[in-house]
Amino acid sequence: MNAFEYASPATLKEALGLLGNSWSDAAVLAGGTDLLSLMKDHIAEPKRVVNIKGIKELGGITKSGGGLRIGANATVDELMESAAVRAEYPSLVAAARGIDSPQVRNMGTVVGDLCQRPRCWYYRNGFGLLAMKGGKSLVESGQNEFHSIFSSGPAKFVSASSFGPALIALGAKVKIASASGSREVAVADFFKAPTGDGDREIDLKPNEIVTEIVVPAAKGAKNATYEVRNKEGLDWPLATASVVLTMKGANVATAKIVLGHVGPTPVVAADAASSLAGKAINEETATAAGKAAVAGAKPLSDNGYKVQLAAVAVKRALLAAAGKA
Amino acid sequence: MGPGETEITLTINGKATKVKVETRTTLLDACRERLEITGAKRVCDRGTCGACTMIVNGKTVYGCTTLAVDNVGKKIETIENLTAGAKPHPIVPAFSNNDALQCGYCTPGMVMASKGLLDRTPNPTYDQVKAGLGGNLCRCGTYVGIRKAVLEAAKELRASGGRKSGGSNA
Amino acid sequence: MPNYSYPPMEQRRVMGKRITRLDGMEKAAGKAKYNSDVRPKGTIHAVGVFSPHAHARVKSVDTSAAQQAPGFAAVSVVAAPGAEVNWAGQEIAFVAAQTEEQARDCARLIKVEYEALPHLVREENLAKAGSRGKPAGEQVTGDPEAAFSAAGAVTHEAEYGIPVITHCCLEPHGQIVAWDGAANKIEYWPSTQAISAVGGDLAKQLELPATQVHSHQDHIGGGFGSKFQSDLWGAHAAKLSKMAGGKPVKLYLERREELTIAGVRPSVFGKVKLSASASGEMTGWDSTTWMTGGFAGGGLNADLLPYVFRNVANRRINHTAVSTNNGASRAWRAPNHPQVCYITCAAMEDLAAKLKMDPMEFFLKNLDKTPRADTYKAQILKAAEMIAWKQNWKPRGSSTGTVKRGLGLALGTWGGAGHASRCRTTINPDGSVLIEIGSQDLGTGTRTIITQVVAETLGLPMGGITLKLGDNNYPASGASGGSTTVGGVSASSRKASVDALDKLFAAVAPALGVPADQLEAVDSKIQVKGNAAKSMTWKAACAKLGVSAIIAENANDPRNPGGLTTGGVGGCQMADVSVDTETGIVKINKVVAVQDVGLVINPKTSDSQVYGGVIMGICAALMEERVMDEMTGRFLNADMEFYKLAGAGDIGEIEVHMDITPDHDKRGVIGIGEPATVPTIACIANAVANAIGVRVPVLPLTPKNVLNALHNTTRRLA
Repeated sequence: MNAFEYASPATLKEALGLLGNSWSDAAVLAGGTDLLSLMKDHIAEPKRVVNIKGIKELGGITKSGGGLRIGANATVDELMESAAVRAEYPSLVAAARGIDSPQVRNMGTVVGDLCQRPRCWYYRNGFGLLAMKGGKSLVESGQNEFHSIFSSGPAKFVSASSFGPALIALGAKVKIASASGSREVAVADFFKAPTGDGDREIDLKPNEIVTEIVVPAAKGAKNATYEVRNKEGLDWPLATASVVLTMKGANVATAKIVLGHVGPTPVVAADAASSLAGKAINEETATAAGKAAVAGAKPLSDNGYKVQLAAVAVKRALLAAAGKA
Repeated sequence: MGPGETEITLTINGKATKVKVETRTTLLDACRERLEITGAKRVCDRGTCGACTMIVNGKTVYGCTTLAVDNVGKKIETIENLTAGAKPHPIVPAFSNNDALQCGYCTPGMVMASKGLLDRTPNPTYDQVKAGLGGNLCRCGTYVGIRKAVLEAAKELRASGGRKSGGSNA
Repeated sequence: MPNYSYPPMEQRRVMGKRITRLDGMEKAAGKAKYNSDVRPKGTIHAVGVFSPHAHARVKSVDTSAAQQAPGFAAVSVVAAPGAEVNWAGQEIAFVAAQTEEQARDCARLIKVEYEALPHLVREENLAKAGSRGKPAGEQVTGDPEAAFSAAGAVTHEAEYGIPVITHCCLEPHGQIVAWDGAANKIEYWPSTQAISAVGGDLAKQLELPATQVHSHQDHIGGGFGSKFQSDLWGAHAAKLSKMAGGKPVKLYLERREELTIAGVRPSVFGKVKLSASASGEMTGWDSTTWMTGGFAGGGLNADLLPYVFRNVANRRINHTAVSTNNGASRAWRAPNHPQVCYITCAAMEDLAAKLKMDPMEFFLKNLDKTPRADTYKAQILKAAEMIAWKQNWKPRGSSTGTVKRGLGLALGTWGGAGHASRCRTTINPDGSVLIEIGSQDLGTGTRTIITQVVAETLGLPMGGITLKLGDNNYPASGASGGSTTVGGVSASSRKASVDALDKLFAAVAPALGVPADQLEAVDSKIQVKGNAAKSMTWKAACAKLGVSAIIAENANDPRNPGGLTTGGVGGCQMADVSVDTETGIVKINKVVAVQDVGLVINPKTSDSQVYGGVIMGICAALMEERVMDEMTGRFLNADMEFYKLAGAGDIGEIEVHMDITPDHDKRGVIGIGEPATVPTIACIANAVANAIGVRVPVLPLTPKNVLNALHNTTRRLA
């Protein structure tokens, strides 16, 4: 880790004033579970670290307009223990539980989960975000068992976010502040597949801070997350699915299905979701939706197995949401 | 502050402790290399294995993945605190009694993760014990004893009415 | 000739008891000091610079910027310009500074230029190895072809493989070392499995007499076969210390280097053909295997094939060691055995399935080809009872539903006879007893079992014995490897203590009015044999010594252990697993381990060795794998995140049964660390094959490999 100047501002305004126009100027520290490792591996080398944990306005999980407001400093543990979350958002609780280390849940923030960098082993070994060498993708020609099955561009890593799929399915937004004002972005648009090594996987500039996540009211929508992980305990998922269902009687009125850990961003499976309209959720319809969700998958040389895992995750998430797991 | 060395005060096991660190010094390295508080171990150094587990403001954390300067003003409890009082915290003898350790290098982290679990879940089920240790790894293969030890310590804590043991201040 | 034999089983008061390890509280309280915790006054820190290339020539090494950096203390270059590096992670230089952070800054300022050269880092495809494969000569017994083509023979032919895995010791390799140049003396705090020898090894690297190095170690955070040497980083840490005016230098490997260069277990891949008669008599074996042990090409003993069942009448063995651009392999808990056990027991299970035979029956039927048919038979039957094999086993692939359950078995063996060991017993006139032995406690319970043996011998409580180990000033004892420690140190401490006691008997015999050989030591007393009335307390007896302590030194001689220790054990393990056939996730329900182990000094710590061995096997079976990248030459998962180890929730339930019987007891003490881990991988892999109906040929049993096997999309090896 390089030496850096450290600041622990008490207000958002002060914090924003400490950021720069380049990622090497400053980094925002909240949970730190990813940032410190990136800095130790010299993948992030900020000259200044701005700790936002002391900023009171960025804390807490509160009910807001029937939905939720998750502050930038709210930890995964706070989310998992929140009565409001437990009552209406089992998909978020399951995603939190999937981060199966009490220590990581105690330290890491929900916003940090959205902002963390990919775990791609080429990236973490210093070969760059896109891991290109001599114009060739190291991922495509190398060891890609944990990589993307849904890449249309050069990014072959998978988004590491646990909450992204569930938040997208729930229609959540992030609020982003900079010295010149603030903006809102749907979580679905917050993630983007980079096309250059210097790009980010999220819609955030170096001088901005994600201040909160706004989750709309569930209004009785059934929701669930299913994660396929090899290990109990701390382990990155191989594929996940988050679903949100509104029902009309016993049948689906609307559905949202979002896959995680299978593409450089969470993958919205719109066709699979719309195919469920008017149907009851059962083994048959859930299986068909799972298959439809991976219809466009383009596995690499060594990760074809993930296509099935994603389909199974969708099926199991749907059955869980429908209370049939 | 920083870059360069700065003197900060950390509250470790109830004691205000001055230490010179760089802003980039982790809480773990501040304890191990600057304060000779060496119970917590550095193993993966990337927030995965749990050997550096400490309890900060009542919650378990990885000492390798938090900056020392980020812990000023917080209550830091290290494994040393569990035997600082007249009677050790029951998790300590429970590990020994159940042979829940071999080389012992993961053990301080396992013990602190277990203590953190028992602080929050005094009457854990077997499945809660397994999940509560999900952030810790052992290489010698001592999990059978560890799982028994946590259940035994929980029983002991219940029998003693959750009586406080270990150091008093953290 | 003194009688060194252990007391008969039924008369033992301390040995054989489930005694809690002596350092349990110290370790559980975080108070045990490992050498990585030691911080002598004035300690400075060193870190390394390592090659990013798997194969390259060093063109230049420029340390000038580092030497100007804040806190810089000293630099030592390992690979001079012109040197060839043969694996990523190979040592280029080490640099010391006042703090670790500063040392890391210095390391990044060392500029190294390389000329990259072609490399080979993956070995699973033997055809790609070309001239880097070194075949051993073919071995043939009988006529395998005739066996395969015999009328009625059922043959099975398939590929199997286990990747390289790493030791991943939690305490990394490294040391603190202080070299006082003026006195030419070195104080050395290594993390080592060989405290008596490692100082000499360091001295040899530094061209000093062994007498100049004083080695200390109270505790070690894991070794598993990888910590016998002083290593390059030991020598360079010492040099840095000398350059820095004798300041102690702390140099431990970072996790990435720990996994990359501090030891791995060789892989094994192979094609096997075997045959049996229709009634299940195994008739022939033909295997072509290959592996890598890194650049130097450490070996795998294919001559052990078919493992345990080696006396099959017709046998052909071909084996090739492939030199790859990877760090060297090191001994890994039961070298060779887990790999050849897997190849053998998997192929046998597969043949049994083809024969439509219960594999347990197939194994039982062929025990005549093993060196210990009776032991294995009893163990198989015991394990079968523990796992309810008869009730739960179903023919391969007949488990129904999405989550399928299966059972599997495997057999193992190991030596485990005691190593050379010297021990010194001192009985002081005040009654205190000191044991000094140049051994080490790896967490196996060595401290505890030595103290038990001495307490038993002297008729004292364990608290009456002070044991000192972990210092090369004590009488030399062997390295702790190969499960040889318990046999060695128990014999040497028994003999030294019997000798000391005989001297005490001689001193007090006149007072008790009988010849010395009529005395015994019981319950902290010296008494006339069988006559507690004629006795004196231990303290009173020792007071007779006047001013001179009794000092006795004796040794275990591995060539003539006098019945105190022996080697050669068998074990049987069975696994019960559930496989989610939609996700390929394997869950362990239960593993049972039946083990014969001779005389057991402490069933509590020996059970722990078996639990540990089984759990290591579970890790390797389900998730461990070094992932090498051919394009970059790098070990991609040299961390603890994608180099996966099982956690508390992954291991299911484990039941251990030790064959503690008078017959086994008579064989003396035998080590248990290695044998317990041998059959685990194979029995789990067999249980998975039984559950899902197909073999997952190449481990680990990850979702990827399991689903590929289920969909018949497993890539052929060659």
